[in-house]
Amino acid sequence: MMVGGEKSVMADNEGFIQMRDEGGGIVVITPTADVDMSRSPELRTAIQQAMGRNINKLIVNLDEVGYMDSSGLATLVEAMRTAKASNTQLVLTAMHPKVRAIFDIARLDSFFTIIDTVEQAI
Amino acid sequence: MNPIPHIQIQLVSDPTYLCGVREMVASIARRLGFDDMDCSKISLAIDEALCNVIRHGYNKAFDRPIWVGITPMPPEGESPGGIIIVIEDEAKRVDPGKVVGRKLDDIKPGGLGVHIIREVMDEVRYEPRERVGMRLVMSKRVVREQEPPRLRDHLPGFIRTKDTTPNRV
Repeated sequence: MMVGGEKSVMADNEGFIQMRDEGGGIVVITPTADVDMSRSPELRTAIQQAMGRNINKLIVNLDEVGYMDSSGLATLVEAMRTAKASNTQLVLTAMHPKVRAIFDIARLDSFFTIIDTVEQAI
Repeated sequence: MNPIPHIQIQLVSDPTYLCGVREMVASIARRLGFDDMDCSKISLAIDEALCNVIRHGYNKAFDRPIWVGITPMPPEGESPGGIIIVIEDEAKRVDPGKVVGRKLDDIKPGGLGVHIIREVMDEVRYEPRERVGMRLVMSKRVVREQEPPRLRDHLPGFIRTKDTTPNRV
């Protein structure tokens, strides 16, 4: 997965993660299936790759994620820590109610910036 | 004494199969009267329990056995029915009193599984199995408004108030 200077779409080998460079230092990562223990390492790798590009804003679009467990949550907590340390804004978008529930249970809903749509986040 | 499961499956400790267990548990919970959100939360709790077995019990060895048993819980007095889920493994034994989640105000990656399980399920009990491994027994009752009338026909010990058997010709 590469992040270039203009808008482009990339996906990993299995297509689970789509990464889109919106330009202006904004990258959108879209997991295209449930995020559980078997898949969260791929999400973690994608986030690390995007963060390594000195971007201003990373948007994790959860529109296609119907389920997330604590391994996904841990991945996003780690991403938020990295983002804060590197002055990058991390935004989560399009979160389904069932995914939102785990954020509520873990009382992490206020830890993240959660916005309805990718367009609004950009 | 733990209930005899109505359904019991054995899987290997490979995270690839977690999705299948989640689907099964959510489907059964739905038939037992839980609403969509509770079905999702129950399958989340089971997922977290299985992840803990894989991660901490088996140190991420992906070829060890895990058993998941499910039993419907009959209504009891004013309490509606529910679901009992038992997860067993052959992992190293731990002191049940030491199975605790991290403090929620200490925000860091990981350590949320036990908290999620206890938050979602009504009762959670860890215990050593008779010979080897650990057993986790979890139960949750349906919130009364969610319970469909047909549930009564499937649970033992419930007295029918109306005979709905069709007439034979």
